Amino acid sequence: MAELSELPLKTRLFLAAYRWRRIDPVPWSPLRKPLRECRVAVVSSAGLTRPDQAPFDDDVRGGDPTYRILPADTELGELLESHRSESFDHSGLREDPNLALPLDRLKELAGAGTIGDVAPRHLSFMGSITATGRLVKETAPGAVNTLVADQVDLALFVPV
Amino acid sequence: MCTQTVSLVAAEAERQGITTVCLQLLRVIAESVRPPRGLLVPFPHGYPLGRPHDATLQHRVLRAMLALTNEPGPGPILRELGSA
Repeated sequence: MAELSELPLKTRLFLAAYRWRRIDPVPWSPLRKPLRECRVAVVSSAGLTRPDQAPFDDDVRGGDPTYRILPADTELGELLESHRSESFDHSGLREDPNLALPLDRLKELAGAGTIGDVAPRHLSFMGSITATGRLVKETAPGAVNTLVADQVDLALFVPV
Repeated sequence: MCTQTVSLVAAEAERQGITTVCLQLLRVIAESVRPPRGLLVPFPHGYPLGRPHDATLQHRVLRAMLALTNEPGPGPILRELGSA
Protein backbone atom coordinates (compact mmCIF):
# COMPACT_ATOMS: atom_id res chain seq x y z
CA MET A 1 0.00 0.00 0.00
CA ALA A 2 0.99 3.63 0.02
CA GLU A 3 3.43 4.60 2.74
CA LEU A 4 3.32 7.67 4.92
CA SER A 5 7.02 8.12 4.14
CA GLU A 6 6.24 8.90 0.49
CA LEU A 7 4.36 12.04 1.52
CA PRO A 8 6.00 15.46 1.91
CA LEU A 9 7.16 16.33 5.45
CA LYS A 10 4.55 19.08 5.76
CA THR A 11 1.79 16.57 4.98
CA ARG A 12 3.17 13.99 7.42
CA LEU A 13 3.29 16.52 10.24
CA PHE A 14 -0.29 17.55 9.50
CA LEU A 15 -1.51 13.93 9.43
CA ALA A 16 0.26 13.14 12.72
CA ALA A 17 -1.74 15.86 14.48
CA TYR A 18 -5.03 15.43 12.60
CA ARG A 19 -8.01 13.88 14.38
CA TRP A 20 -9.72 11.57 11.90
CA ARG A 21 -13.50 11.49 11.86
CA ARG A 22 -14.39 7.99 13.03
CA ILE A 23 -17.49 6.37 11.54
CA ASP A 24 -19.40 5.06 14.55
CA PRO A 25 -21.64 3.19 14.39
CA VAL A 26 -20.63 1.68 11.04
CA PRO A 27 -23.76 1.49 8.85
CA TRP A 28 -24.30 -1.68 6.84
CA SER A 29 -26.44 -2.31 3.75
CA PRO A 30 -25.90 -5.75 2.19
CA LEU A 31 -26.55 -6.35 -1.50
CA ARG A 32 -30.12 -7.47 -2.01
CA LYS A 33 -29.62 -9.11 -5.40
CA PRO A 34 -26.87 -10.91 -7.35
CA LEU A 35 -24.05 -8.71 -8.70
CA ARG A 36 -25.03 -9.58 -12.26
CA GLU A 37 -28.29 -7.71 -11.65
CA CYS A 38 -26.79 -4.74 -9.79
CA ARG A 39 -26.54 -1.17 -10.99
CA VAL A 40 -23.10 0.21 -10.11
CA ALA A 41 -21.86 3.79 -9.67
CA VAL A 42 -18.41 5.24 -9.01
CA VAL A 43 -17.57 8.02 -6.56
CA SER A 44 -14.17 9.64 -7.10
CA SER A 45 -12.37 12.12 -4.88
CA ALA A 46 -9.91 13.21 -7.58
CA GLY A 47 -11.53 16.61 -8.10
CA LEU A 48 -12.63 15.77 -11.65
CA THR A 49 -14.93 18.19 -13.49
CA ARG A 50 -16.38 18.40 -16.98
CA PRO A 51 -15.46 21.42 -19.11
CA ASP A 52 -19.00 22.80 -18.62
CA GLN A 53 -18.76 22.62 -14.80
CA ALA A 54 -17.16 25.01 -12.33
CA PRO A 55 -13.83 23.74 -10.99
CA PHE A 56 -13.51 23.02 -7.28
CA ASP A 57 -12.66 26.07 -5.20
CA ASP A 58 -9.18 25.96 -3.69
CA ASP A 59 -9.92 28.93 -1.47
CA VAL A 60 -12.60 27.31 0.70
CA ARG A 61 -11.17 26.95 4.22
CA GLY A 62 -11.21 23.34 5.31
CA GLY A 63 -11.69 22.19 1.71
CA ASP A 64 -14.45 22.52 -0.89
CA PRO A 65 -17.18 20.04 0.18
CA THR A 66 -19.24 20.31 -3.03
CA TYR A 67 -19.57 17.60 -5.66
CA ARG A 68 -20.10 17.31 -9.38
CA ILE A 69 -22.37 14.87 -11.21
CA LEU A 70 -20.62 13.08 -14.06
CA PRO A 71 -23.01 11.39 -16.53
CA ALA A 72 -21.96 7.92 -17.65
CA ASP A 73 -21.40 9.13 -21.20
CA THR A 74 -18.78 11.66 -20.04
CA GLU A 75 -15.75 11.59 -22.30
CA LEU A 76 -12.95 10.70 -19.88
CA GLY A 77 -10.39 12.55 -21.98
CA GLU A 78 -12.31 15.80 -21.52
CA LEU A 79 -12.29 15.71 -17.72
CA LEU A 80 -10.32 18.37 -15.91
CA GLU A 81 -8.64 17.64 -12.61
CA SER A 82 -8.60 20.40 -10.02
CA HIS A 83 -7.53 18.49 -6.93
CA ARG A 84 -5.55 20.93 -4.83
CA SER A 85 -3.29 18.43 -3.08
CA GLU A 86 0.43 18.63 -3.78
CA SER A 87 0.91 15.41 -1.84
CA PHE A 88 0.62 13.02 -4.77
CA ASP A 89 1.72 12.56 -8.35
CA HIS A 90 -1.10 13.74 -10.62
CA SER A 91 0.45 12.54 -13.88
CA GLY A 92 -0.99 9.00 -13.85
CA LEU A 93 -4.61 10.01 -13.73
CA ARG A 94 -4.07 12.72 -16.31
CA GLU A 95 -2.72 10.00 -18.56
CA ASP A 96 -5.59 7.60 -17.78
CA PRO A 97 -8.60 8.95 -15.83
CA ASN A 98 -9.75 5.32 -15.34
CA LEU A 99 -7.25 5.25 -12.46
CA ALA A 100 -9.68 7.41 -10.49
CA LEU A 101 -12.95 7.06 -12.40
CA PRO A 102 -12.94 3.59 -13.99
CA LEU A 103 -15.98 4.06 -16.23
CA ASP A 104 -14.39 2.20 -19.15
CA ARG A 105 -13.68 -0.77 -16.89
CA LEU A 106 -17.23 -0.71 -15.43
CA LYS A 107 -18.72 -0.73 -18.93
CA GLU A 108 -16.56 -3.76 -19.73
CA LEU A 109 -17.81 -5.51 -16.57
CA ALA A 110 -21.38 -4.77 -17.57
CA GLY A 111 -20.68 -6.01 -21.10
CA ALA A 112 -19.29 -9.26 -19.66
CA GLY A 113 -22.38 -9.69 -17.48
CA THR A 114 -20.41 -9.45 -14.23
CA ILE A 115 -22.54 -6.52 -13.09
CA GLY A 116 -26.03 -5.57 -14.24
CA ASP A 117 -25.41 -2.12 -15.64
CA VAL A 118 -23.50 1.12 -15.21
CA ALA A 119 -25.39 3.85 -13.37
CA PRO A 120 -26.40 6.86 -15.48
CA ARG A 121 -24.67 9.31 -13.12
CA HIS A 122 -21.44 9.18 -11.11
CA LEU A 123 -20.02 11.53 -8.49
CA SER A 124 -16.88 13.59 -8.17
CA PHE A 125 -15.57 15.18 -4.98
CA MET A 126 -12.35 17.03 -4.29
CA GLY A 127 -10.90 14.92 -1.51
CA SER A 128 -8.76 17.42 0.41
CA ILE A 129 -11.44 18.19 2.98
CA THR A 130 -10.08 18.69 6.49
CA ALA A 131 -13.21 20.29 7.98
CA THR A 132 -15.77 17.55 7.37
CA GLY A 133 -18.88 19.09 9.00
CA ARG A 134 -20.50 20.48 5.85
CA LEU A 135 -19.61 17.37 3.88
CA VAL A 136 -21.29 15.05 6.37
CA LYS A 137 -24.33 17.22 7.09
CA GLU A 138 -25.08 18.75 3.69
CA THR A 139 -23.27 17.69 0.57
CA ALA A 140 -22.87 13.94 1.17
CA PRO A 141 -26.63 13.40 1.75
CA GLY A 142 -27.43 15.41 -1.39
CA ALA A 143 -24.89 13.47 -3.43
CA VAL A 144 -26.23 10.14 -2.21
CA ASN A 145 -29.78 11.21 -3.07
CA THR A 146 -28.62 11.27 -6.70
CA LEU A 147 -27.58 7.63 -6.46
CA VAL A 148 -30.81 6.65 -4.70
CA ALA A 149 -32.86 8.39 -7.42
CA ASP A 150 -30.95 6.38 -10.02
CA GLN A 151 -31.68 3.13 -8.13
CA VAL A 152 -28.00 2.37 -7.62
CA ASP A 153 -27.37 -0.91 -5.79
CA LEU A 154 -23.61 -0.68 -5.32
CA ALA A 155 -21.26 2.31 -5.21
CA LEU A 156 -17.49 1.96 -5.57
CA PHE A 157 -15.45 4.71 -3.91
CA VAL A 158 -12.03 5.65 -5.24
CA PRO A 159 -9.76 8.04 -3.32
CA VAL A 160 -6.50 9.29 -4.81
CA MET B 1 -7.67 13.24 3.30
CA CYS B 2 -9.21 11.70 0.17
CA THR B 3 -9.64 8.41 1.94
CA GLN B 4 -11.57 10.02 4.78
CA THR B 5 -13.73 11.98 2.32
CA VAL B 6 -14.84 8.94 0.31
CA SER B 7 -15.36 6.88 3.47
CA LEU B 8 -17.67 9.51 4.99
CA VAL B 9 -19.74 9.69 1.78
CA ALA B 10 -19.83 5.88 1.69
CA ALA B 11 -21.20 5.79 5.23
CA GLU B 12 -24.01 8.12 4.13
CA ALA B 13 -24.74 5.85 1.15
CA GLU B 14 -24.96 2.79 3.41
CA ARG B 15 -27.35 4.66 5.70
CA GLN B 16 -29.53 5.29 2.64
CA GLY B 17 -29.51 1.61 1.62
CA ILE B 18 -26.70 1.48 -0.95
CA THR B 19 -23.93 -1.13 -0.63
CA THR B 20 -20.46 0.43 -0.78
CA VAL B 21 -16.84 -0.60 -1.18
CA CYS B 22 -14.03 1.93 -0.60
CA LEU B 23 -10.50 1.63 -1.90
CA GLN B 24 -8.02 2.45 0.85
CA LEU B 25 -4.42 3.58 0.44
CA LEU B 26 -3.19 3.76 4.06
CA ARG B 27 -4.01 1.22 6.76
CA VAL B 28 -3.71 3.77 9.57
CA ILE B 29 -6.43 5.94 8.02
CA ALA B 30 -8.66 2.97 7.14
CA GLU B 31 -8.53 1.76 10.74
CA SER B 32 -9.15 5.24 12.14
CA VAL B 33 -12.07 6.24 9.90
CA ARG B 34 -13.60 2.74 9.43
CA PRO B 35 -15.48 2.65 6.10
CA PRO B 36 -18.03 -0.22 5.99
CA ARG B 37 -16.06 -2.24 3.38
CA GLY B 38 -12.49 -1.27 2.59
CA LEU B 39 -9.96 -2.74 0.16
CA LEU B 40 -6.32 -1.80 0.80
CA VAL B 41 -4.32 -1.57 -2.40
CA PRO B 42 -0.50 -1.63 -2.69
CA PHE B 43 -0.25 1.46 -4.86
CA PRO B 44 1.07 4.98 -4.23
CA HIS B 45 -1.16 8.01 -3.81
CA GLY B 46 -2.44 9.15 -7.19
CA TYR B 47 -2.65 5.56 -8.52
CA PRO B 48 -5.62 3.95 -6.75
CA LEU B 49 -6.36 1.43 -9.52
CA GLY B 50 -2.76 0.60 -10.20
CA ARG B 51 -1.22 1.70 -13.49
CA PRO B 52 -2.43 3.92 -16.36
CA HIS B 53 -3.82 1.94 -19.30
CA ASP B 54 -3.30 -1.40 -17.50
CA ALA B 55 -6.85 -2.69 -17.91
CA THR B 56 -5.93 -6.12 -16.54
CA LEU B 57 -4.69 -4.70 -13.25
CA GLN B 58 -7.58 -2.24 -13.02
CA HIS B 59 -10.03 -5.13 -13.50
CA ARG B 60 -8.25 -7.13 -10.80
CA VAL B 61 -8.79 -4.26 -8.36
CA LEU B 62 -12.45 -3.82 -9.34
CA ARG B 63 -13.18 -7.55 -9.08
CA ALA B 64 -11.63 -7.60 -5.60
CA MET B 65 -13.91 -4.70 -4.68
CA LEU B 66 -16.92 -6.60 -6.02
CA ALA B 67 -15.88 -9.73 -4.09
CA LEU B 68 -16.09 -7.80 -0.82
CA THR B 69 -19.85 -7.49 -1.28
CA ASN B 70 -20.10 -11.26 -0.59
CA GLU B 71 -18.70 -10.94 2.92
CA PRO B 72 -21.22 -11.05 5.75
CA GLY B 73 -21.52 -8.04 8.01
CA PRO B 74 -21.48 -6.22 10.17
CA GLY B 75 -18.57 -3.97 9.21
CA PRO B 76 -16.09 -2.54 9.23
CA ILE B 77 -14.45 -5.08 6.94
CA LEU B 78 -10.92 -4.32 5.73
CA ARG B 79 -9.17 -6.61 3.25
CA GLU B 80 -5.96 -6.33 1.22
CA LEU B 81 -5.76 -6.79 -2.53
CA GLY B 82 -4.64 -10.37 -3.07
CA SER B 83 -6.25 -11.66 0.09
CA ALA B 84 -9.68 -10.29 -0.77
